[in-house]
Amino acid sequence: MSEAVSALPHAQYSGLVDLAEAGLTGMITLRGDLASPVLAEAVRAATGASVPEVRRIEAGESGQAAWMSPDELLLIVPYEGAAGVVEALETALAGEFATAAEVSDARAFFRITGPQARDVLAKVCPVDFSDFAVGELRRTRAAQVAAAVWREEGDVWSLVCFRSVAQYVWDLLATVSKPGGEVGFYR
Amino acid sequence: MLLLTCPCCGVTAEETEFHNAGEAHLKRYGPGSDDADYEAYMFARKNPRGVHFERWRHAFGCGKFFHAARCTMTLEVFGTYSAQTLAPPAEIAAKIKARRPEWEGYK
Amino acid sequence: MSHRLSTGGRLIDRSRSLEFTFNGKSMSGYEGDTLSAAMLGAGQVLAGRSFKYHRPRGVVASGAEEPNALVGLGEGQRYEPNQRTTTTELFSGLKATSQNHWPSLEFDVGAINSKLSRFLPAGFYYKMLIHPRAFWKHVYEPIVRHSAGLGRAPDAETRDADRYEHFYAFCDVLVAGGGVAGLTAARAAARAGKRVIVMEQTAHFGGRAPVDGEVIDGMPASEWVDGVLAELHGLENVTVLERTMVAGVHDHGYILGYQRVADHQPGADKPRHRLWRVRVGQLITATGAIERPLSFAGNDLPGVMLASAVRDYVVNWAVAPGKRVVVVTNNDDAYRTALALHQAGVTVTAVIDARFEATGDLPAQARAVGIRVAEGMAIRQVLGSKRVSAVALCRFDSDGGAVAETLECDAIAMSGGWSPVVHLWSHCGGKLTWDDARAFFRPDPARPPLGHDGQGFVAAVGSANGMMDIVEVLSDAHQTAQGTGEAPQAEPVPEAEMLPVWMMPKQASYELRAKMWLDPQNDVKVSDVQLAAQEGYASVEHTKRYTTLGMATDQGKLSNINGLAILSDALGQAIPQTGTTTFRPPYTPISLGVIAGEAAGPVFQPLRRTPMHAWHEAQGVYWEPVGLWRRPYCYPQGEESHADAVIREINQTRTSVGLLDASTLGKLLIKGPDAGKLVDMLYTNMMSNLKVGKCRYGLMCNENGFLSDDGVVARLSEDSFLCHTTSGGADRIHAWIEDWLQCEWWDWQAHVVNLTEQFAQIAVVGPNARKVLEKMGSDMDLSREGLAFMEWRDGKIADIRARVFRISFSGELSYEVAVPASQGQAFWDAALKAGAEFGIAPYGTEALHVMRAEKGFIMIGDETDGTVIPQDLNLNWAISKKKDDFLGKRGMERVHMVSPDRWKLVGIETLDGSVIEDGSLAPLPGVNENGQRRTQGRITSSYYSPTLGKGIAMALVHNGPERMGEEIAFQGKDGATIMARIVDPVFYDKAGEKQNV
Repeated sequence: MSEAVSALPHAQYSGLVDLAEAGLTGMITLRGDLASPVLAEAVRAATGASVPEVRRIEAGESGQAAWMSPDELLLIVPYEGAAGVVEALETALAGEFATAAEVSDARAFFRITGPQARDVLAKVCPVDFSDFAVGELRRTRAAQVAAAVWREEGDVWSLVCFRSVAQYVWDLLATVSKPGGEVGFYR
Repeated sequence: MLLLTCPCCGVTAEETEFHNAGEAHLKRYGPGSDDADYEAYMFARKNPRGVHFERWRHAFGCGKFFHAARCTMTLEVFGTYSAQTLAPPAEIAAKIKARRPEWEGYK
Repeated sequence: MSHRLSTGGRLIDRSRSLEFTFNGKSMSGYEGDTLSAAMLGAGQVLAGRSFKYHRPRGVVASGAEEPNALVGLGEGQRYEPNQRTTTTELFSGLKATSQNHWPSLEFDVGAINSKLSRFLPAGFYYKMLIHPRAFWKHVYEPIVRHSAGLGRAPDAETRDADRYEHFYAFCDVLVAGGGVAGLTAARAAARAGKRVIVMEQTAHFGGRAPVDGEVIDGMPASEWVDGVLAELHGLENVTVLERTMVAGVHDHGYILGYQRVADHQPGADKPRHRLWRVRVGQLITATGAIERPLSFAGNDLPGVMLASAVRDYVVNWAVAPGKRVVVVTNNDDAYRTALALHQAGVTVTAVIDARFEATGDLPAQARAVGIRVAEGMAIRQVLGSKRVSAVALCRFDSDGGAVAETLECDAIAMSGGWSPVVHLWSHCGGKLTWDDARAFFRPDPARPPLGHDGQGFVAAVGSANGMMDIVEVLSDAHQTAQGTGEAPQAEPVPEAEMLPVWMMPKQASYELRAKMWLDPQNDVKVSDVQLAAQEGYASVEHTKRYTTLGMATDQGKLSNINGLAILSDALGQAIPQTGTTTFRPPYTPISLGVIAGEAAGPVFQPLRRTPMHAWHEAQGVYWEPVGLWRRPYCYPQGEESHADAVIREINQTRTSVGLLDASTLGKLLIKGPDAGKLVDMLYTNMMSNLKVGKCRYGLMCNENGFLSDDGVVARLSEDSFLCHTTSGGADRIHAWIEDWLQCEWWDWQAHVVNLTEQFAQIAVVGPNARKVLEKMGSDMDLSREGLAFMEWRDGKIADIRARVFRISFSGELSYEVAVPASQGQAFWDAALKAGAEFGIAPYGTEALHVMRAEKGFIMIGDETDGTVIPQDLNLNWAISKKKDDFLGKRGMERVHMVSPDRWKLVGIETLDGSVIEDGSLAPLPGVNENGQRRTQGRITSSYYSPTLGKGIAMALVHNGPERMGEEIAFQGKDGATIMARIVDPVFYDKAGEKQNV
């Protein structure tokens, strides 16, 4: 495979928080009956993770499984293996009403790190971050575009948006992360 | 700006996460239907003063459509419920009745 | 003269002197001053001119209610008009300029209007400026336009130098107002463990209590305030924000807070303003009350101020409004001002009290220190030209005919009682009740604004709730916030009843009433409101608009109640019967910048970029916005014009090979056992019989039968289809399909996944297209037979995973190649390299449009406008007759849709070969039933075709296809007639041989 590049390779910024583009990441949209044991087994085989509860993201040894909708998961796996995972899912789910599609290249993936991460996110997302647990995921909007945010660990947050608006989301986050914009709402 | 709870993902969010999709519980009239039925399906929309049923989509969230029962005068939201229904379910009707005893039921 | 007192000033730091300028004149104040305090301290009473009569204006108030003291602040990229000096914190280097005068503040030509005031009564615009008719356009309107507008708008070419942002917050209780009521409520809620936000509009907490010298829980109010603040700051569940005004209260507990983060630190590397967008469980409004002015002749002269404001200036900033002050009142509270002035060493000439007798504790204290109290008296008229020099007194219960006495003074402190600040309560529908005893409107707790659950979500406390005594204020706030234990304790100061006074003297003559200002910014007088009533304006909302009362930038905070009392009196009805005008957000004006928030410059609007966006930009591309996408329109080389670039791009593509970035095309995967059934419903065509490996062009209609979108469908497998949509249509069509799947056919087993951005899609187009791809290297057979027209294959090209569609929108041999977006640029580079020997060049959307028009292909949005059915475009071949149903089928069956009289698509050639203007209409003699010119056709697309060397166009023409060869006249926007001929819309390669090679 030649010269695959993510939306904003190596983008980094430090302000109220540290911002970084996460680089090429394998992502698969999986639609189907989330209660199906066959689907659960396929998800486990692909990521090592169990099917997440509503608005949760679960980690396994080879990837993560994120709840996106009542009949939709986003599987996060290494970029190079994503096409193979889709094939494996299709084989495992043959006969089930399920759809797997690779979306690795359709998304941009950012990490937001630091104690002020929630204050920064709250400048663009109409979301109450006060009781936002590790492993919780929220689809919402980041200012004018759709995004999914989740809390990886204490001060580490992930944000995924469409690739075409990667530059917009980056500029947006960098703008509201500029020093001087401290809010101190989330302590 | 309204506050709505999506029954599909459980999120209570502000109106900007949703798109309104018009009146709820319309019955589709396709080929072969008479003009009056087709006209009602396409163009005759309720515009009540009071209890009203609407379709919404959690466009910036889980992407699902759902129904909301709402008062057009006070903006009170009586409840939200599944899009896969042909009429307001009993528990929604009961909630409305509790708040609006004069309401004559879904027609 | 106003002046700075030698001692005192609880908010100023005399060790830190700050220099500023007013109209270029250097002045100095202290840290902690507001601009109005600093100006008064420097002896500058005159602050501006009024809107209509250009009367001299001085500061009246000390806070957000100020109607007069508006200035232009800053310069260049930081200039802003209409800033209140009373709410502007002084900083070093501040530059203020007064407004609404020419040539200068001291000498204003416009002041002639004041002399003409007899000719400029209420509603004069409507009365005077209509005759003679022709004068409006050429005389009146230019004059009105010249004199309209308060202040000067910033230079249109100047960009705001500051940054702004939003912040979404959530809490159980938001307290609006940091006075003692607000702090009491906040502390009670915080101690109960609730999430609390406190917003105070000024830089200081405590409100009036510290100024009035209240004692709370045995300590001076300011000390008590500091203690509560320290406790609140220490609690994790509490956020305390100063310089933050609750600007608006909206549906379902949505509150907008306007935080002036850095107004007092210009140039600091901070957002200037922050808009707090808060969802609250409960809003507690502790917004206090505003003192009412009194209406007496000459009450608009500089030097006439609110009594409470005079007290604020003396106590907070050690500024006296004059050397000799007259206090005029109808209540006890104003005596506090007399006492404060006296204590500061300022002469109080007299307290003029309209009441027959003033016997309360406060009047007694005033008398005890030797202040003269004149009972049952009124100000007949203020004397002076640019400021107060004396007052003539008369009996209150008189018509003012007899001057009882004249007192020399240089300032007047007036008090007409207080009005609770009910704005926030009212913004979202809270209703008011009239309190007769205290003569004000206060919130009616039985009719609060309702939230999402139908329950009230706003509670007013303290003075905002009509509590005027400190003991009441504290217990009200404590109880409403469900505080446990005792409410804070205070010493009661009993006050005698006030006397409602809406003008003085009570039976003032017309001569006096015509000099009594209600709204000093807009120049509305008592006589204007009375005239409106006389002319039949019975509704307060109409009177407001007719007289402009309360329509100034202060929105009538001082003038409303007095105005409607005058109106009620003139109408002979009680005040509550008249009612109030509507209170609308924002409470005071907020900056446009904060409304935009971060959405400025590069993040003004999301720009959607394809994977090759940066490459296009590096070529000096000329962009075309398509929805939020930017698509290359053309790639001009050097000095080449856009038109020439388009011609070059078309010629290159038609004769050799061109490259198009088609990544923006929508790509929707439809998959599942019922996928075939679904695509048959979505498209007018039969799609379910498409063979795997094949492509078919399809049309989508809405339920009206009108064309909505089009594109090529590829069958990927037995149970999956890839549906291409227009660039602008992807999200809309995706939502449309989800709608049908979720809400109508929810038992159908089909999924739709939007894969638009997964792929970069690159069209390699032209006679040499195959050679380019073969040179790039592929594991697929791309030959004429190996991959026939309207087929697709998966494989690799240039070692990149690729799906190749052999489809053509140009009529040429054409391959559209979809590769992972992450390798889009790599594929593009490889194609350019392989195509170099054929002179390969990228082409943009305009070349695409011309080439499709040469082929007679329609474009959604050009040939369609939401009222066009496929049959109008001769696309009957794409409408299945075998299907019982598809979306739009019923709509197409309507009488009007099957009428033989519809306008249909044809080609158009001008007789002289010129390019006809897009949108031109073909007129017919006569008019229709609406009196409009009859027409028989319209140009939908028009281009210069380099391939044919002349102008070509498409048009919808009445019975068009049956009129081939007929000459028809079109009319351009300039009115000129263009003769054209109706022709076949396919101008180029009608047999379709070129795409099939």
